[in-house]
Amino acid sequence: MITKGQTGLYIHWPFCLSKCPYCDFNVHVDSGVDQARWCAAYLKSLEHVAGLTEGRIISSIFFGGGTPSLMLPSTIAAIIDKIHALWPCVNDLEVTLEANPSTVEIEKFSAFREAGINRVSVGVQALNDKDLKFLGRKHSAKEALQAIEIASKIFDRFSFDLIYARPGQVPEDWRAELTQALALARGHLSLYQLTIERSTPFYLDHTRGVFSIPDEDVAADFYLLTQEMTSQAGLASYEVSNHAAEGHQSRHNLTYWHYGDYIGIGPGAHGRLSFEGKKYATREHYAPPIWLERVEKSGMGGHPFAPLPAEERFTEALMMGLRLRGGVTLAHLDAQASGGKWRDYVDEERLSRVRAQGWLDYDSERLWLSVEGMLRLNALIPYILKAQPEAVCV
Amino acid sequence: MSHKLQHIRNFAIIAHIDHGKSTLADRLIQTCGGLEEREMTEQVLDNMDIEKERGITIKAQTVRLEYKADDGIVYQLNLMDTPGHVDFAYEVSRSLASCEGSILVVDSTQGVEAQTLANVYQALDNNHEIITAINKIDLPAADPDKVRKEVEDVIGLDASEAVNCSGKSGIGTHDLLEAIVKKLPPPLEGDITKPTKALLVDSWYDAYLGVVVLVRVIDGTLSKGQKIKFMSNGATREIDRVGMFTPKKVVLDELGPGEMGFITAAIKDISETNVGDTITDEKRPCAKALPGFKPSVPMVFCSFYPADASEFEKLRDSLGKLKLNDASLHYEMETSQALGLGFRCGFLGLLHMEIIQERLEREFDLDLIPTAPSVVYKINLTDGTQRDIYNPVDMPDVVKIESIEEPWIKATILVPDEYLGGLLKLCQDRRGQQVELTYAGARAMLVYKLPLNEVVFDFYDRLKSLSKGYASFDYELDGYAPNQLVKLEIKVNDEPVDALAMIVHRDNAEFRGRHMCERLKELIPRQMFKIAIQAAIGGKIIAREDVSALRKDVTAKCYGGDVSRKKKLLEKQKKGKAKMRQYGAVEIPQSAFINALKMGDDR
Repeated sequence: MITKGQTGLYIHWPFCLSKCPYCDFNVHVDSGVDQARWCAAYLKSLEHVAGLTEGRIISSIFFGGGTPSLMLPSTIAAIIDKIHALWPCVNDLEVTLEANPSTVEIEKFSAFREAGINRVSVGVQALNDKDLKFLGRKHSAKEALQAIEIASKIFDRFSFDLIYARPGQVPEDWRAELTQALALARGHLSLYQLTIERSTPFYLDHTRGVFSIPDEDVAADFYLLTQEMTSQAGLASYEVSNHAAEGHQSRHNLTYWHYGDYIGIGPGAHGRLSFEGKKYATREHYAPPIWLERVEKSGMGGHPFAPLPAEERFTEALMMGLRLRGGVTLAHLDAQASGGKWRDYVDEERLSRVRAQGWLDYDSERLWLSVEGMLRLNALIPYILKAQPEAVCV
Repeated sequence: MSHKLQHIRNFAIIAHIDHGKSTLADRLIQTCGGLEEREMTEQVLDNMDIEKERGITIKAQTVRLEYKADDGIVYQLNLMDTPGHVDFAYEVSRSLASCEGSILVVDSTQGVEAQTLANVYQALDNNHEIITAINKIDLPAADPDKVRKEVEDVIGLDASEAVNCSGKSGIGTHDLLEAIVKKLPPPLEGDITKPTKALLVDSWYDAYLGVVVLVRVIDGTLSKGQKIKFMSNGATREIDRVGMFTPKKVVLDELGPGEMGFITAAIKDISETNVGDTITDEKRPCAKALPGFKPSVPMVFCSFYPADASEFEKLRDSLGKLKLNDASLHYEMETSQALGLGFRCGFLGLLHMEIIQERLEREFDLDLIPTAPSVVYKINLTDGTQRDIYNPVDMPDVVKIESIEEPWIKATILVPDEYLGGLLKLCQDRRGQQVELTYAGARAMLVYKLPLNEVVFDFYDRLKSLSKGYASFDYELDGYAPNQLVKLEIKVNDEPVDALAMIVHRDNAEFRGRHMCERLKELIPRQMFKIAIQAAIGGKIIAREDVSALRKDVTAKCYGGDVSRKKKLLEKQKKGKAKMRQYGAVEIPQSAFINALKMGDDR
């Protein structure tokens, strides 16, 4: 649970060696990055933000991207040192790095640990070369296994990602692959269903019928199979796509789902910060060169802060909170209700209806979804929230 | 008969669409010096864009020409360009009633068409002398002898003195003008001393002059300052302008017996000026009105809804503006649960409906959702009374209905033999009853009685596609007859969708119902709960489709940087709910119903 004043810190490294065809993140292919210049910018940006967030305690650091394992270990060390210098940090500070399992990056794992990284999340995505190729990954299955082995030796805590429900994959294929993955996992796994996002090469190919992905019903079967197998292996889901043994959850990511405070640094990074009872959404400039120039000029790479309207704040808290298997506490929801109660935002009749279906439940303390409810999350939330009538035109 | 009357010829030009009527008229005008070459635009008589583009005439027009004939006498020729479509059959009949003769224009490359027949019969009903003009003879495909024979065989007119001509090149124009003065009779009656008696041929709204009334004077005169009376409604007005078209507007002192021209009288509302009415002098009225007057009655109905609900007022204004110039357009406000606010509109026929829709969309830039066209049903109730139903939604409860009568038409179709089979099947499928099947050369002439409601859908489109465009079609109304008709309702989660209700024959109900259910199933996205789509007659379900409940919709990745984006999607869905209509436990987007209506009837 979030302690008042505790704040997560996210650093976005927007560069990759190549862009994966399914990815719609803020990612730029650039092999000639001036690491020294970028390092200086991150440090300057941290100093700027620290001035606005005095008195906060940093509870986690997360290097995401992009491919932050392309950063020089010295850059990472400088950033971590700077954070320690600017804010007080919790004792068991979680510092996560997203890493690609290529040979070059694996060789940097020790140096990352030296720099202060204590948890890695490895983008394995698939355990066979054919699917890795389809997903546009530059590493082989062999490299992936090697990365997992080395990471488990170097870091106390590590996780890896897989993408499933791929074109042509049937639940039995996935059962075999997931069995293999569960044997390799040490405490944490992220298992994402392949989704086709707009403005990706996959979107075009999918629309043109170059490939197809499992339909909604089969996708649901995939999900249920995943839940069943991970639970049996002691890695039950604690969030829609994240699985962990007790105590191995990603603390940084839990901050998002608990709708706690977090700072976002780097191009396109978002933040959520509470000030005097209001929740502010922050957003850094999306384009790397512009962010860089602005930070170099003034320290500020973001857009002006704006407090979130009451309804949006509640929607965000609900949307993030219900992703957790443990659900969301009613006290927390009430706290996001701008002086009201959580039920002010919810259509009672519809709440009863989805409860009767067994998709959602609540007691005096919490509101949570069943697995079947989780499968319908995107439709369920707008369904139970009260409609906002638009201004009446006369 | 006065000397002047002797030298007047009033004639109409009648033809099937695209047989070159307006071009031929242009040529006559030019030859008589009505317009200089540089003033000629294509089809000068068709003012509206839509008239030019679709090649049809909606409003009647007259042009007065001076023609110095070979006999040395200068004749006054009043050329009447009539609306050329069955929807405007009544307007056509009044235009024809104002003339003594007609030029029948037949395309020498096409031959006699269904509409040619209908127009000729109307002209004959008005005791017209008819001159046949075989047009477009300069085209390589022209076969004037064959067409001449067709005119004799199919219509039964003596075509031995038919004039070969080409409106485009001017061939035969002189022969045609000579035929007009020699063969067509002058006005049969006309006494300048008698009380004023004039036929109201047509009228339209002019932004500067108010309503312009096209008239044919029978007796007496019409002059500026004269107080006149419209005999159908008793309205009185003072004439402020009298004139003629050459086709340029020319102001005259008066219009006398046998003459055609226009008057204006500071009239704002076109519904005061009914086509076919008799105009007389207020102080010295004629004893009897001219025969044949009928108020306009809408035959086809459909509703228009603005696709963007905020454009409702704009739709109201636009309909008002069209109504200024079209007394036969009827409309009243209507509320649909599925589609919001709109207007139920009545039209003379299918083409009239299409024209109004097209003008609303084109001239007023509106996006419309039209509902399926329907006709007027007569419902005989068990209590012995009869009710007219203009909208399927208004159908009384089944138990109160003794019987339902629907309007029928008598259709004439001319089609090349090779397509006959397809058309016979089409007519059979549409519950048609064959009246006649005869041949004219290589073409069959079919006469069928058909229920109008089977024709309003897509009959014409099917006819054209089955015959590769070669079939021609015309119809006249043929009264009402009772039939096994039922109201087919479409229900979503047990609630009827008003905009999709229709009246159909019992034998077609199941097919139509199943079709609509299947279509909606494709259009309604999966929701949290199962959606039942049913077609029902009374309480009886005759078809059903289910949209199964959504099984999985969850974002796989949602971290700190995704919150704003995902929330926006949710907020959009939440806001959208206000625009949706709730059916049981789910909301259906309006777009599903709009698309169900838009896809047309692709049976």
